[in-house]
Amino acid sequence: MRHTISVLVENKFGVLARIAGLFSARGYNIASLAVSETQDPTISYMTIVVEAQDEKILEQINKQLNKLIDVITVTDFTKKDHVDRELILLKIGYTIKDKQRLEDLFKKYVGKIIQVKGDTAIVEAVGDQAQIKQLLEVLSEFGIKELVRTGRLAITN
Amino acid sequence: MLGARILLESLKCSGVEVIFGYPGGQVLPIFDQLYDFDIKFILTRHEQGAAHAADGYSRATGKVGVCLATSGPGATNLVTGIANAYMDSIPMVAITGQVGTHLIGNDAFQEADVTGITRPITKHNFLVKDVKDLARVISEAFYIASSGRPGPVLIDIPVDVQRAETEFIWPEKVNLRSYKPTYSGHPGQIKKAAKLISVAKKPVIYAGGGIITSDAYVELKVLAEKIQAPVTTTFMGLGGFCGTHKLFLGMLGMHGTAYANHAIMEADLIIAVGARFDDRVTGRLDNFAPGAKVIHIDIDPSSISKNVRVDIPIVGDAKNILKELTGQIKRLPDTISWLKTIEGWKKKYPLTYKHNGSMIKPQYILEQLWKLTKGDAIICTEVGQSQMWACQWYKYLTPRTWISSGGLGTMGFGFPAAIGAKLGCPEKEVFNIAGDGSIQMNIQELATCVANKINVKVLIFNNGFLGMVRQWQELFYKKRYSYTPITSPDFVKLAQSYGALGLRVTKKSEVAKALKKAMQANNTVFVDFRIEPEENVWPMVPAGQAINKMIEGLA
Ligand SMILES: Cc1ncc(C[n+]2csc(CCOP(=O)(O)OP(=O)(O)O)c2C)c(N)n1
Repeated sequence: MRHTISVLVENKFGVLARIAGLFSARGYNIASLAVSETQDPTISYMTIVVEAQDEKILEQINKQLNKLIDVITVTDFTKKDHVDRELILLKIGYTIKDKQRLEDLFKKYVGKIIQVKGDTAIVEAVGDQAQIKQLLEVLSEFGIKELVRTGRLAITN
Repeated sequence: MLGARILLESLKCSGVEVIFGYPGGQVLPIFDQLYDFDIKFILTRHEQGAAHAADGYSRATGKVGVCLATSGPGATNLVTGIANAYMDSIPMVAITGQVGTHLIGNDAFQEADVTGITRPITKHNFLVKDVKDLARVISEAFYIASSGRPGPVLIDIPVDVQRAETEFIWPEKVNLRSYKPTYSGHPGQIKKAAKLISVAKKPVIYAGGGIITSDAYVELKVLAEKIQAPVTTTFMGLGGFCGTHKLFLGMLGMHGTAYANHAIMEADLIIAVGARFDDRVTGRLDNFAPGAKVIHIDIDPSSISKNVRVDIPIVGDAKNILKELTGQIKRLPDTISWLKTIEGWKKKYPLTYKHNGSMIKPQYILEQLWKLTKGDAIICTEVGQSQMWACQWYKYLTPRTWISSGGLGTMGFGFPAAIGAKLGCPEKEVFNIAGDGSIQMNIQELATCVANKINVKVLIFNNGFLGMVRQWQELFYKKRYSYTPITSPDFVKLAQSYGALGLRVTKKSEVAKALKKAMQANNTVFVDFRIEPEENVWPMVPAGQAINKMIEGLA
């Protein structure tokens, strides 16, 4: 099962390597990882989506992360109210008759066409897990040529 | 002040008395300062020796051991020693030189990404890029190494930082917002544990290296005697409970005593203190202590419920918690019949071995050593059969008298560790129990001993084999002794050529005499004991079996 956790860390050289190293050394799988500075430039915020078969592994991941000297706090979102979002960018097949259909689609989902070049459109979309999943299903009908995603961001509410 | 000087002043402020190390191009400024600085420096003959010596010094004294090496190969030679300290939670600070900051990442001469290499084997590490950070980093390194669950910390210092100048300001206090170890246990949990103890019928205390780290020897003894519970220790916990105490069961696990393993398997309550349920202890996990509730006291939350399901976890310092816990126990459990059962096991399954004419049995050497020292010595070991015999056949009465590589099982550890131990405790007799294979892994440190008059006594259990591996080949690979017979130099002549004393013993009747002679010698001594070549370590739990499924070679 996938779990979302956030980790506040000292914004120092090598911290990302420590976190990544911990996951690989202990055989935990990272599904996605997003890192950036917070409003306090000495602190970075990481949202990590991990694959953990059971509670015990999740608990170990939590404890092992906490053991790293540069980790300030770890939050497991599994049992916490939270908001999560992901941004995706895609190149999809496009002809002029797709325009209306896409515009309708983006009334339902948060997103837009950024650019059109020949038979390809670049679109962006933002949403939670379920929305992104549904949207990708619909967009696959247009033919997805390229897809990049930020990985999940999460924040407690 | 020069960065190199700041380093030494900071080490002094941290209470460092001795540094083990080896020079090189990227630490020249540091060595120039060491030339007339008031800190003892021990030049080992290999950086691995320096790391193990710092580790041994730390295990013997409880202080933070310090080693120093140059960049690149010097630093990579420390790696085994750092990993060794990490696995056994030994406080150590390793200092390495690095190429100049402008060259980092350029594949410069003798450059290695040492913080990268050591990240998974240090508690923390630092690359100091600005001399202004140096003093603070050193104070943090010592604090991190020695607090919480201790461990090695590495500081990588580029040579230009060593040469740069700034004002020296020693920070009075360390404040790390992200690192605050928990020392006092949760009172509610302690109360619950006390209740559980009161109603136990078959309790066993399972004590690990945490007893030694947290200096909880007395508190453990008080608890055990109050509730009349038998005590088994892990390998790392030897010396944490008096080896001659009537409640002592010896070590448990793969080469533990049969009675310790039976006691664990029959227990209805296990009180684990500063131990981590390592696979060499638990054997087959789903079969470990099936009928027992588990109280687990440990300073490292990640050790709790990692391998074994725990009923009452208590995170914190063993010393504090044991004291609290003992005070909370109002009603004492009745363990009289339990202790009787255990006495029965002790009689039925004692540790034994068979004599064979005038042949020297390794167990016999240890018995004689015990008779001569009565526990008043520091016993270091290498790795293998000789190490396991040293666990079984010598009695450790107090903490820090047993120094051995547990988690990593590093051959070549014992000799340099003995050097560190002797420097830390010069008034103690220090022995290294060594196999003929292991001793050859850091034998160059003989020169370090002789040059510095560090009189350690190395007892070589020479069986002509990499014995422990041979034992596994005998038992599980049809006696196909693939590359385990091993030749050695003439250890007596070798010792002599270094300026040490070499003795050879080939008969049982000469063992005690030789030991006495070694102890009396005012020199480093190598004693080459020619022991029974194919003696095995018994009992033994094959890897992955339940710990009461012991094979008993003599039965
Ligand atoms: C550095 C290292 N290499 C290999 C091993 C694997 N190993 C474990 S015990 C052992 C044999 C040790 O032989 P010896 O030192 O002669 O001691 P004995 O078992 O004969 O007492 C070996 C090779 C190890 N533990 N450490």
